[in-house]
Amino acid sequence: MNWIIILQAGVASGTVLLFAALGELLAERSGVLNLGIEGMMLIGAMTAYSTAVATGQPWLGVFYAMLAAGALSLLHALVTVSFQADQVVSGLAINFLGVGLSLVLGEGLSKAGAIAWLPTFTVPVLSSIPFVGPILFTNQSVMVYIGYLLTPAVWFYINRTRPGLHLRAVGEYPAAADALGINVYRLRYLYVFIGGTMAGLAGATISLAVSPGWFSDLTTAGQGWIAVGLVIFAQWDPWRAMGGAYMFGALRRLILDLQAPKLLLGLANPFFYMPKLGFFLQMLPYALVILILFIGSREAMKKRIGAPAALGVPYVRGERGR
Amino acid sequence: MAVSEPVPRGLRLPFEVRIERRLTVPRWLPVLTSIGALVVAFIIGGVVIWAAGGEPIRSYEHIVEAAFGSLGVFNDTLVKATPLILVGLACALAFRMRLWNIGAEGQFFLGAWGASAVVLFPLLPADTPRVIMLAAMALAGFTCGALWGFIPGYLKAKYNVNEVVTTLMMNYIAASWVLFWVFGAWSDAGFQMSPMFPKSAWLPRLTDYAQQVRGFGGMTLHLGIVFGILAAVVVWFIINRSRWGYEIRLIGDNPRAAYYAGINIVRNTVLVMMLSGGLAGLAGMSEITGVVHRLQGAISPGYGFTGIIIAWLAKLNPFAVVLVSILFGGLIQAGREIQPSGVPRMLQGIILFCVIASDVLLKYQVRIVRR
Repeated sequence: MNWIIILQAGVASGTVLLFAALGELLAERSGVLNLGIEGMMLIGAMTAYSTAVATGQPWLGVFYAMLAAGALSLLHALVTVSFQADQVVSGLAINFLGVGLSLVLGEGLSKAGAIAWLPTFTVPVLSSIPFVGPILFTNQSVMVYIGYLLTPAVWFYINRTRPGLHLRAVGEYPAAADALGINVYRLRYLYVFIGGTMAGLAGATISLAVSPGWFSDLTTAGQGWIAVGLVIFAQWDPWRAMGGAYMFGALRRLILDLQAPKLLLGLANPFFYMPKLGFFLQMLPYALVILILFIGSREAMKKRIGAPAALGVPYVRGERGR
Repeated sequence: MAVSEPVPRGLRLPFEVRIERRLTVPRWLPVLTSIGALVVAFIIGGVVIWAAGGEPIRSYEHIVEAAFGSLGVFNDTLVKATPLILVGLACALAFRMRLWNIGAEGQFFLGAWGASAVVLFPLLPADTPRVIMLAAMALAGFTCGALWGFIPGYLKAKYNVNEVVTTLMMNYIAASWVLFWVFGAWSDAGFQMSPMFPKSAWLPRLTDYAQQVRGFGGMTLHLGIVFGILAAVVVWFIINRSRWGYEIRLIGDNPRAAYYAGINIVRNTVLVMMLSGGLAGLAGMSEITGVVHRLQGAISPGYGFTGIIIAWLAKLNPFAVVLVSILFGGLIQAGREIQPSGVPRMLQGIILFCVIASDVLLKYQVRIVRR
């Protein structure tokens, strides 16, 4: 096992989670929970791949993926923001819709060959930094680099700009924001849409870069749900989301690599000699999500921090509420 | 742009269209909106099928025919509806308390595993009398499902861990857990399935009595549907007629009021999650003892998730859950042959979406009033 390779691959597949989590983070900061990430990612992955196969232009695929997933998220916004429906149920509906639609429209696509459409490259100077260079800046997909730039950008936007302040206000105390002339409904639509496009970007990252191809709903394998958990664990902070995303990415790769060698730490590798133990390895990411949510919520209880105050609560103008 | 310019006086209409909050909801309205939502959903679904190059009318005809066209296929529909009733009830119960158990799929798998354990470990010998064997399997299935519900329930109640994510994660863990046994200790000669259960572990089916009643030949409907209907009665009684149900409803409608009324929210959360998980586990038990007769990885085409939609479409009413389950059983039954294969799942998504969108009609009314 080569740790450098595990971490390098971890950053690559963690980028998928990072995009999805950043998008969800923005939507939740505006007070709207969108559980449809998994479905929107699938729509994104399918759209990106089929566009790339049909036109030969991966970036057009990325664009359409973001648009398609964004369109789906607008449905969520319509139902939850305008119709004040329950956000959990609507998110689940988006999820079913995304999975079903991508299966219907992606029918037969899986037979198309699997090529990584998006370029990978090495950053000249940065890649020679010891340890960090080979992991972060060597032979990574262009999407990974976008992730490096996007995370600080999102952090800066939320915490240091005026629109970011509006975003937080709408998520914490919409009535006050409304009184100050901020259009709560419009902002919530906007950030749900941005969250959707980011989920589409995450999907495109899978099908065009990290594990290229379209393999029905196995393409995402629950990563959208992990992203939802990650946002809670990250306590709605982009930097923590980044760390968590890369950790889960590395875990995915570690699980694959653990089953390969005959020797592990100088001992006989149980996962090699008893392959069925691999099923326990496959449980790990999901069990870890539960564990970090548990740890995260204890921490949140202690520090008295938590979700945006208006998360999940529809805003009705003129009605008594927070 | 003259957005804020007032409408000229001469053009003012003598009436005005107002959207107002409803103060009371007529009894017939939820039924009407649900049916309306279904119709709209099928129209939208038809457009999508058409856009994807299919023939919507043929597809729908096919669904109706393959699900309700004859007694034989209606039997198959009811067989598919059986687990759906139980998982639908599981979801309806939890949702009534605003507890988002979306882990019915995993609880279903654990229930199937627990029931199998009775036969495969074996906890009881193969020649155990059928009644005892089946009772033990049902108990094991219910218990394992309840345990699978207990974990997220306890984490939610004690540590406020988001149950949506944990129950969902438990689904993936449950699937791997079942595969571990199916590929390993319980594998039938290296195949990815357990050996066939002994006959004492089969739920009675109508076809078993074909000699006594001639029409029953080939009818695979099994006792599980009786479990489902009984469970509907029990859940209805609990929610609507018991003190516990009153607590559940109060917590669901107004947790703060429930808290100040001295209702133990922690205990109720854990108990409701366990009962919900147990019902889903019972669905798993009924499916493998009534239909599959062995444990394998593929025992559910997403029953647990369909249960969520059923519960919502039924407006959390246990008896409506039974009816809606039959409808969805038909959809799943017919969907097995429909191409492309994603159509049933897509339709389920569209249906759920239309149902929640239609809820706005229950909240608001459009009134035309004189100025």
